[in-house]
Formats: sequence, C-alpha cells, structure tokens
Amino acid sequence: MTARHELAVIGAGPAGLAAAATAAELGLKVALFDDQPAPGGQIYRGVERTPLADPAVLGDDYRRGADLAEAFRASGAAYHPSCGVWLLTPERELGLLDNGQARFVTAGRVIIAGGAMERPVPFPGWTLPGVMTAGAGQILLKSAGMVPGKGVVLAGTGPLLLLLAAQYLRAGVQIAALLDMTPPSNALRALPHLPAALSAFGTLAKGLALKREIHRAGVRVVKGVTSLRALGEARLEAVAYEAGGREQRLDSELLLVHFGVIPESNTTRSLGIRHLWDSRQLCWRPVADAWGNTGAEGFAVAGDGAGIGGALAAEYAGRLAALEAARALGRIDAAERDRSAAPVRAALAKERRVRPFLDVLFQPAPELISQLADDTVVCRCEEVTAGQIREAVGQGCTGPNQLKSFTRCGMGPCQGRQCGTTVSQLIGHTLGRPVEEIGAYRIRPPLKPIGLTQLAALDGEGEAAA
Amino acid sequence: MFKKLHDDGAERVTVTIDGREARVPAGETVAAAALIHGLQPFRTSAVSGAPRAPYCMMGVCFDCLVEIDGTPNRQACQVRVAEGMAIRRQDGAGETAP
Repeated sequence: MTARHELAVIGAGPAGLAAAATAAELGLKVALFDDQPAPGGQIYRGVERTPLADPAVLGDDYRRGADLAEAFRASGAAYHPSCGVWLLTPERELGLLDNGQARFVTAGRVIIAGGAMERPVPFPGWTLPGVMTAGAGQILLKSAGMVPGKGVVLAGTGPLLLLLAAQYLRAGVQIAALLDMTPPSNALRALPHLPAALSAFGTLAKGLALKREIHRAGVRVVKGVTSLRALGEARLEAVAYEAGGREQRLDSELLLVHFGVIPESNTTRSLGIRHLWDSRQLCWRPVADAWGNTGAEGFAVAGDGAGIGGALAAEYAGRLAALEAARALGRIDAAERDRSAAPVRAALAKERRVRPFLDVLFQPAPELISQLADDTVVCRCEEVTAGQIREAVGQGCTGPNQLKSFTRCGMGPCQGRQCGTTVSQLIGHTLGRPVEEIGAYRIRPPLKPIGLTQLAALDGEGEAAA
Repeated sequence: MFKKLHDDGAERVTVTIDGREARVPAGETVAAAALIHGLQPFRTSAVSGAPRAPYCMMGVCFDCLVEIDGTPNRQACQVRVAEGMAIRRQDGAGETAP
C-alpha cells in the first residue's frame, strides 16, 4: 500500500528542518524527504558530524544549523535521508528514489523547501576540469575536510565568495588572488537601500568583518575584474582576465567562481506553479502568499527556493508554512496560527530588510550575459553555445521551449538547471524584450534521472516489488 | 587540486578508482574521494568528448557522472563510497563504454 502522510516536507536545509520540527510539535504526522544523507542542506552541510578538527574555521553562523538539526531529530518527524523526489503530482503523490529504490507516497499537504543553487554564469573555459563553484569548494570543506592544494583563484561576486575566502584563510590555505567582478557602479545603486538595511546591522557588520579579515591576511584582491577566462586543454592551467584596462594572467589549477545564488525552481515549475522574474535578484521565483501557499492546491514553498533570503529567513519561512499546514489540516485555528506566527513574521521582516541592499550591491554585471562571446558554451550538457542560441533566435525561435527543438539546449541530464536562467536572459536580450515575456523551460518529470530498472521494480501499488 | 586538512581518523573503506585501490573515509562522496585520488577527468562529454570533472558538488550540474559498479551516469557527488566499490571514468554518454 502507498504510505500516506499528513504533511510531506521536501528538503532538510534550514526551511525544511524548521518546518518539519514545527509541524511535528503541533501534532502533525510529518515525513521529511531529502536527497542528502544527513540534515543541514547545503548551508549547514555536515553540521551533525563535521570532519574538521577545528569547526571554528566555518564561523559562528554555521553552529545554528546544529541546533536546528537537533530540534528536528527530537521533534518526532519521520526522516528519510538519501531520498530524492523525482515526481510531484497535483494530487500530492510523491515519486521517491529512496536509497536507490523507487516508491510512492501521498500527503495531505506538501512543503517544498528545495533551497537554492549557485547562479550558473557561462564564461570561456567554464567547463574545464579545475573550474568549480565556490559552493563546491565549501561543500568539500564542510563535508570532507578538503581544501585547495595551492594557488586557488577565487572569482565573481557575492557574500559566499568572501565567506569562503575567510574560511580558507582560517584553515591556512594560500589564496593566489580574489578577482572581484562586482560592478563598481553597484555601490551607488545600492545606496538608497542602505537605510533599511541598517536595521539588520549585524549582517552588514559580519560582511565588513570578512572583508577586513581578507585584507589583513594580505590576499591579493583585484577590483573591477571583467572578461574572465579559464585556459587549458585537458584541465585548467591559467586564469585570464581584464582589470584596469589591462590583460592579466595567473597560472592556477583551481578556479572557484561565484555569482550569487538563485532558487532551484525545477521542482516548483514541474507543478505548473506560476513563476515571476525577480528583476533585482535576476532569477525566477515561484509566486506564493505570505504563508508560502502556491497556486498548486496543498503545496507551499519555504526558504531560498521561494526567493533568496538567506538561512535565517528560510528558517522563519519554514515555521510559517508549518503553522499554515497545521491550520489547513485542522490542528489549530486561524487565530492560534496568527498568534504563533506574529513573532516569527516580525523576525522574518527584519531579516528581509537587508536583502534589497545586498541584492543590488552584489548584482552580477548584465554584460556577463548580454556580451557572452558567441563561442562560449551555455548549455554544458548538450554543449550549445551562445552563438547557436543567437542564431536560433535569428531564425525565428522566440522562447526557451522552442530553443530545445532548434538546438537541444536544455535537454541534457541537468534538465536545464545550468542553462535555463541564462537562456531566458539571452533570448530576451537578443530580441530586446523583457525576460518575463520570454518565459522559461517547461519542466516535466522525472525531476532527477531515474533508471528504467528502478521504475520497473515498482508494483501496481507504488511499492518496490520484493 | 585538493588536499585533506588533516587525517580525520574516520573509518576507511577500500574502493578502486579506475582499477587502482584506494583507502577512503567511509561516508565520503565518490566525488570527494576521486578528486583526492586524482581521477582526472571524471568523464568525457557526450557531444564533443571534452574532459569534465565535478563543478557544483551539490547534484545540479551532472558533470561528475562516472561509472559505479558497472552502472554508468551515476552522480559522483551524490553517492557515498562503499567497501569494494568500483569507480571508473566514463566515456561519452556512458552507454557504449568499452
């Protein structure tokens, strides 16, 4: 028989952990499904069992994840690690790949807390071995105690880049250079948002402290970097860039890039939920109300998957979505929901006040997409270049879904996660039309590749046959 | 490219990486283990045969695909090492690996 849960939570990052714990404490029968083997998501990855001798390397904020994981473990919510979701139906059926075995469950309500991914920004050579994201570097640090061997180059823009640099320095790693690609004009454009951001002074102070830490360590920080290129044949050999009107080159075997984070929207898109183009965060996000409710009946979103707000905001949004689930399932009435929600909502509002400033301050340069060189690969899977996309548009292709039949762009194993945002922006720029008019890839299940043998092992009841 | 900060004293399992035996910490991802032990590249791309290796480490780029115990197209960053596991570089789409 297909198992039925009152509430299914997808994702074990801050939003999912807080949602599941809050809902379980309110008496709901909760099951949390997560494709990672341990709780924490990406931001608190490895938080229960760090391989680091000195966890202080990761900083104070990381420890909050340990409290979240502990509260979740104690809450009575059922936990299904290494259990990815490859199908969601409007009837709230979930197709799972549970430790390699396909099975189905159903739920009265679903909270999607799938979190964020790093914004993929194509540049020449970005598919070479030795080019990775800053998040990838941080995951290797958190989960495997691994650091760059020598002469790592960090490039891009965003708080994570500064945090990773500081974490590496605390771990004794030598950083060859930090190439700051933040457009110099961002600071002025962000200024009007500064007064609101000052109410979250702690967040800003932490950012400034990271900058000082990097400066004091004597790291070579290059401002105003453009035209980043990864050079090499079989692997990365050098990083080239322009700064101050001069062409520069650094020999390196590891380049870690970062251009901010965006919601991982394939899951919400697969349900046909409406998505908006966020012109400040330069990404798509699902439309949801103040409780996270989406247009898909019984489905709510919480955390960075609903729009980037950071780990604390994700935690608060998870609690709000859980309170709403408890109301919808008859455990509490609207008045009790609102009473419990009031302090959480206040904390969330305070946390969000800093975002507009940070969003604009670290906004990646529009030229990264509009000026993409024709021979740069945009779709890593099908190896479709910016030139091929422009050519398809020139032949009458008007949107991302048509582009698939023109070029196979977005049809590889990553299912458009790496090229989708770029493609919508590039088509929009080429046609001179706003991104929201261009739209995005339609996403169909399976959300993650699933083997035919795994599907064939399902019996008629949705359980893996013995 | 990467090194271990220190020996974390974790329990080890024995795997083979392209036929070479390696003792790696239990619970670590295949991608982390293969990066430390120098698998380079992890695969060649299906379209042009270009070399590829892990990019995102969180399961969204599918560039770390390798053959694990005879099954191609496994995401190395999402699979944990296990005793006796055979990890191999993947050529192209992985369907016709020799």
